[in-house]
Amino acid sequence: MEMDDLPKGELPPHLELQRTRVVCAADAPSYTESVQYSGAYMAYDVDNSLRMEDFRKNFRVEIKSLNEDDIEFDLIGIDAALANAFRRILIAEVPTVAIEKVYIANNTSVIQDEVLAHRLGLVPIKADPRLFDYKTDEEIANEKNTIVFKLDVECTHMGERVKNASDQLKWLPAGSEMPPDSKTKFTSFGCSQDSLPAFTSEAIASRYPDIVLAKLRPGQAIEIEAHAVKGIGKTHAKWSPVATAKYRMLPEVVLLEDIEGDLADELVRTCPVNVFDIEDMGPGERRATVARPRDCTLCRECVRGDGWDKRVQLRRVKEHFIFSIESTGALPPEVLFTESIKILTEKCQRILTELL
Amino acid sequence: MKKKKVKKKIIDNVNNRQQTHQPLCIREMEFPIKSTVDKYQLLPAFLKVRGLVKQHIDSFNYFINCEIKKIIHATGNEKVTSDVDPNFYLKYLDIFVGEPCVEQDYIYEPITPHQCRLRDMTYAAPISVDVEYTRGREIVVRRGKEGKQEGALVIGRMPLMLRSCRCVLSGKNEAQLAKAGECPLDPGGYFVVKGTEKVILIQEQLSKNRIIIDTDSSGNVAASVTSSTHERKSKTNIIVKHERIFLRHNTFSDDVPIVVVLKAMGMESDQEIVQMVGRDPKYAGILAPSLQECSALGIHTQQQALEYLGVKKLLSCLYTGLLGVLQVDEARDILATVVLAHVPVHQFEFRPKCIYIAVIIRKMLEAMLNTDAVDDKDYVGNKRLELAGQLLALLFEDLFKRMNGELKKSVDMTLAKANRSTQFDIAKCIRPDFLSNGLEHAISSGNWTVKRFKMDRKGVTQVVSRLSFIAALGHMTRITSQFEKTRKVSGPRALQPSQWGMLCPCDTPEGEACGLVKNLALMTHVTTDEEEGPLIALCTTLGVEDLSMLSGEELHSQHTYIVFFNGIILGVHRRPQRFAETLRKLRRAGKIGEFVSIHVNPGQHSIHIASDGGRVCRPLVIADNGVSRIKEHHMKELKDGFRTFDDFLREGLVEYLDVNEENNSLIALYEADATPATTHIEIEPFTILGVCAGLIPYPHHNQSPRNTYQCAMGKQAMGNIAYNQLHRIDTLLYLLVYPQRPLLTTKTIELVGYDKLGAGQNATVAVMSYSGYDIEDAIVMNKASLDRGFGRCIVLKKSVTALKKYNNRTADRIVAPDMNTSAKGGVQVAPRHQIQDRDGIAAVGEMIRPGDIYINKQSPINTRDNVMNPQAMPDSAYKRTPQTYKGPPGECAVVDKVLLTSNDENHFIVKCLIRHTRRPEVGDKFSSRHGQKGVCGTIVQQEDFPFSERGICPDLIMNPHGFPSRMTVGKMIELLGGKAGVMSGRFHYGSAFGEPSGHADTVSAISETLVNHGFSYSGKDFIYSGITGYPLQAYIFMGPVYYQKLKHMVLDKMHARARGPRVVLTRQPTEGRSREGGLRLGEMERDCLIAYGASMMILERLMISSDQFQIQVCTKCGMMGYYNHKLKIALCTYCKSGENMATMKLPYACKLLFQELQSMNILPRLQLSEA
Repeated sequence: MEMDDLPKGELPPHLELQRTRVVCAADAPSYTESVQYSGAYMAYDVDNSLRMEDFRKNFRVEIKSLNEDDIEFDLIGIDAALANAFRRILIAEVPTVAIEKVYIANNTSVIQDEVLAHRLGLVPIKADPRLFDYKTDEEIANEKNTIVFKLDVECTHMGERVKNASDQLKWLPAGSEMPPDSKTKFTSFGCSQDSLPAFTSEAIASRYPDIVLAKLRPGQAIEIEAHAVKGIGKTHAKWSPVATAKYRMLPEVVLLEDIEGDLADELVRTCPVNVFDIEDMGPGERRATVARPRDCTLCRECVRGDGWDKRVQLRRVKEHFIFSIESTGALPPEVLFTESIKILTEKCQRILTELL
Repeated sequence: MKKKKVKKKIIDNVNNRQQTHQPLCIREMEFPIKSTVDKYQLLPAFLKVRGLVKQHIDSFNYFINCEIKKIIHATGNEKVTSDVDPNFYLKYLDIFVGEPCVEQDYIYEPITPHQCRLRDMTYAAPISVDVEYTRGREIVVRRGKEGKQEGALVIGRMPLMLRSCRCVLSGKNEAQLAKAGECPLDPGGYFVVKGTEKVILIQEQLSKNRIIIDTDSSGNVAASVTSSTHERKSKTNIIVKHERIFLRHNTFSDDVPIVVVLKAMGMESDQEIVQMVGRDPKYAGILAPSLQECSALGIHTQQQALEYLGVKKLLSCLYTGLLGVLQVDEARDILATVVLAHVPVHQFEFRPKCIYIAVIIRKMLEAMLNTDAVDDKDYVGNKRLELAGQLLALLFEDLFKRMNGELKKSVDMTLAKANRSTQFDIAKCIRPDFLSNGLEHAISSGNWTVKRFKMDRKGVTQVVSRLSFIAALGHMTRITSQFEKTRKVSGPRALQPSQWGMLCPCDTPEGEACGLVKNLALMTHVTTDEEEGPLIALCTTLGVEDLSMLSGEELHSQHTYIVFFNGIILGVHRRPQRFAETLRKLRRAGKIGEFVSIHVNPGQHSIHIASDGGRVCRPLVIADNGVSRIKEHHMKELKDGFRTFDDFLREGLVEYLDVNEENNSLIALYEADATPATTHIEIEPFTILGVCAGLIPYPHHNQSPRNTYQCAMGKQAMGNIAYNQLHRIDTLLYLLVYPQRPLLTTKTIELVGYDKLGAGQNATVAVMSYSGYDIEDAIVMNKASLDRGFGRCIVLKKSVTALKKYNNRTADRIVAPDMNTSAKGGVQVAPRHQIQDRDGIAAVGEMIRPGDIYINKQSPINTRDNVMNPQAMPDSAYKRTPQTYKGPPGECAVVDKVLLTSNDENHFIVKCLIRHTRRPEVGDKFSSRHGQKGVCGTIVQQEDFPFSERGICPDLIMNPHGFPSRMTVGKMIELLGGKAGVMSGRFHYGSAFGEPSGHADTVSAISETLVNHGFSYSGKDFIYSGITGYPLQAYIFMGPVYYQKLKHMVLDKMHARARGPRVVLTRQPTEGRSREGGLRLGEMERDCLIAYGASMMILERLMISSDQFQIQVCTKCGMMGYYNHKLKIALCTYCKSGENMATMKLPYACKLLFQELQSMNILPRLQLSEA
């Protein structure tokens, strides 16, 4: 069938909108998924297949902010499946080091042994996991797979109540000192860890010094040794290197018609995050403009009232992700992301080798 | 429009008055307070003086300080005399309950309740009496000094209620309580008996000494009065039979005509009777048949009537054999003291009793003419609550009487002996054990038996539930009814409108006890008895005309009201409203007790004054012409600490009303609703709920049964039990590792201290469907949340080992752990003994696995015969009786605490507390605070969980299908409020009915907060799927909800068995999880298999896998033989031959049955045929 009035090689605007945008109406979002099938728009003579060169051409990464713990960057020209893969890997598969075994010599505090051990496990440790090996149950702890900490605190009888924070966790680079009366310790280190070039500059410690582990009353004491090993977030959340890794699609706010006068004021007023601005169009004439669409949190206030859904449309750009990573501190966030890419490539490689 | 006008008028009135009388500056202060928010402060003030369980403590204090003294001074109790020696007497002068202490090696040491809990002792104080008695010829007085027990005679030990006036904890501050090992938030009000905490439940029963008009099963009107005095309890019924009125009483063998009774009491003239009841022809007409019957019986004089009654009475053992005149006397005596025993009869002056009966009859006649006059038995005003004090008083009096009886017996025994070597001293005969054991046993078993009153109640006490703080608190406010649980009547179970404000409408169990077990509301108080004498005198001075002066005519004239005082007719009054008002004024001025109730009943032309104990009442703000008496400045003074709740009471701003008096008042919920007719204003509307229902946020938005479910579930939630929870050694203790206070609180939560001892966690909940493992209310949980400590709990289990001492002076012992010599010759601790210290008891902090021995105990083999040297018996004289840990297989627990102590019988006991920390698993039960329970359906990795644009990942996912049918709108508002609370950093409130008074945040205000923080007003967020990465095609309702972890956990319940133990008798598999039993293939399942035709399956299930047994059967005689292994042949013992023997298989139980039948001379014969 010939349809002459339709231009060849491009989609009609409503389909283009459906393909590239999520429309967030007041009641529900629609067109949330992307169309995967390469021949989906064959009728319009549009090729929907994913091509490497297109991807190379379109794909961009823009870092918006970066500091010690957080990063926010835009991933442009990528499908949600891929972005999500990075997010999932960051949460569950990038390894870190966390305390796994706690040897308790003495604990007279109110906090129970298991609970104390659980709390210790969740303390983020600033140690580069790439320098360590995974430790299996059968393996003997050595300097390559175990970091040993000691916590030996006491609240003296005359003293006040003391808080026991994570900075009192002392690193034992030479390995375990337990059991005290035996020659064979729990670890067998070949050399002291602080002789290794990576750790000479900075001692391994908790990322934050002020995490409360326990509180001691006069006369109470804790004497423990904690062994940290490498692991991944899938086994336990304590190994997750991120507080969270998340993304959101780029917000796009469209004014479907010109909004002027009092309506414009109303629009500006309703938005709690100040997405809109007022543009002066000469004496007494005001027009609303979309100034900061990126700030939109999708509270849908602007499309809530009567008739407002005809004036404003909230959208999300499908292939544009605002990705943010909050690191727990073991690795800087940008390194975490590159690590996640490495893990994904590794996985792809594995599939490829197994397929061939 | 109309309403507005009225309101304006009131304000005008106020203004006018102020303008004329007061200077300007005070005018503002005098202005009525506008919003109820300010009045809320009264509640904490009230709870400060009254406390949450004040009713228990007040009642117990009253018993210990007053009632107990009344008991010993009561006639019949005060003196012990002897039949043998008329000169002998023992007189009780005074009684005193001392300080709690324990005798140890003849030294009295003070004790704390916590010591008693740990050491399995009873928290009790000595009861000492001052006595005067004769020793030989001299009169001895033993008197304690200023209430101290020295010098006085100890007659027993009284278990003490915690926080009562004699308890060491009363009046202590938080630091002192902590020193005593006690939690400051613990309400007290219970007893510690033999180490267990016992609460005496509040018992609900019908009012004593009140006339209750009811209809019997045949629809006739009947009146019943349960008389109760110290000496006697009796029930009198006046019934209508064949249109005639009879008196029914269990001292008479038959129903006796009421007119005969009246005549026997000296009301000989029929005219007088009719006048007493009421001259109105409508009454006289109904009364006529009764009068006729009396004359038909030929009874005209008092003597005749008494003779008639003398015949009718049941033979009592006292007067058997005596006839004639005595029978008349006896009948008179019965009428005076037994029938309607509470109406006092002095020297056979029957007139008050006659009038009382006449009034009953009049009420009955009224009820016959007008069915509205029938009393409602379920009406709360007709109910009395019996508290610990009253119950203990009953028990104590009974025990005291019995003790005196025993004493008298022993006195008679000793004095009857002619020549005694020593002077008889009765003080040495008193055995304090009798009282102590009686009281202790009653409280610990809950069986209340008072033979005198034919009282035999079971389950009066319960072990205080320490599952959670709220469970314990809720236990103190519980009320049980004496009503039978099995009866199918709705009346007593239904919610009574008169329960308003007194009893919680939500908190009742489901099932058989539904509506019979109730709970007190937050501000309810239960009264204790009050002195009657002064009140009666006051009534007389206020113009109550004495009965003896009145004729029947005057009694029922149009304008006179009969004045009842605690059920007894005092007289009449001609200006009832004025009388009532004066009395109320006196009460508000503090001249008479604050709990005296004055109730005018215009319909029955009566005024009821009540000062008896057990009435429920609650405080209300007094209003004049609809204007509250509490002004702004009062509340300010309260806030600044210049005022207490008692000041409000003393100044007549607030007063207590009981249910009956509430009927004389018009109570407005808020000031705004008050009209000039309003007499009182509620303090806070949410006080109609009790403690448990008070935890629910926005309960007024929920479907009502949901609140009831939550009331039951709140008691099963794990959390904090008390501040001293880690010092307690309870049989079972559930604790949450990281309990939180709810983000959405209520005022009740703050008042009861739930914010300090919470039982739950604020979980971020997404309401959506996920994975299919969320059907039927199951919830999906985030694994990372569980990793980080959500829902983690600690289960502590106690095990007690007592080292028994045997009669032959041998005793159990604990020895060092067993040693094994290894192959190399070294000595090692045996594998299952490794957790023990060198003393043979498990070391604290050791990990303990099922099968480990934590106390290496040994018992002597011979515990009967005398042993030469019990201390130095050889090891061979002992057998091992170790304590082995039995826990869930594969799990590893920790020894938390070991306590070595001795109880008050000087038995050495070892208490071990074993701790098990659990993280939630599939099948564990959780619930929100809205009766929405669900089990964990699946646990999902965090990366698979949906996340919001802000990166928020829910802790759990709940299926939206839980909402439409349950209609728990409150939960939705809780979610919204919690979300707003998180964002704004302020705890939001959701008190019941709190929106108008500002104790609950409105949805619109919450929505506004949400919008200001960039959320949708509806609480629905834009969510991305964690699996695909695409946004979901719906906005998801997501936010924090307070979730409780309930005590039902899979680990305690899961059970499966392939092979296992069998019962010795039947050889069938054991039953029940605790015995590792099999899963029964029952009758119905068997029916299914039969219907299906799976015969081999039946055979396999019912015999082969169960108790298959092979027997030898003699085909000749059909009896069972045996197999002789020596001869290797089967033999029949009956036929004495091995021929004709056959082998067959049958269930062992079947073989057992045959043998049992044989043992009772029934011979089953097996006739075999070829198969």
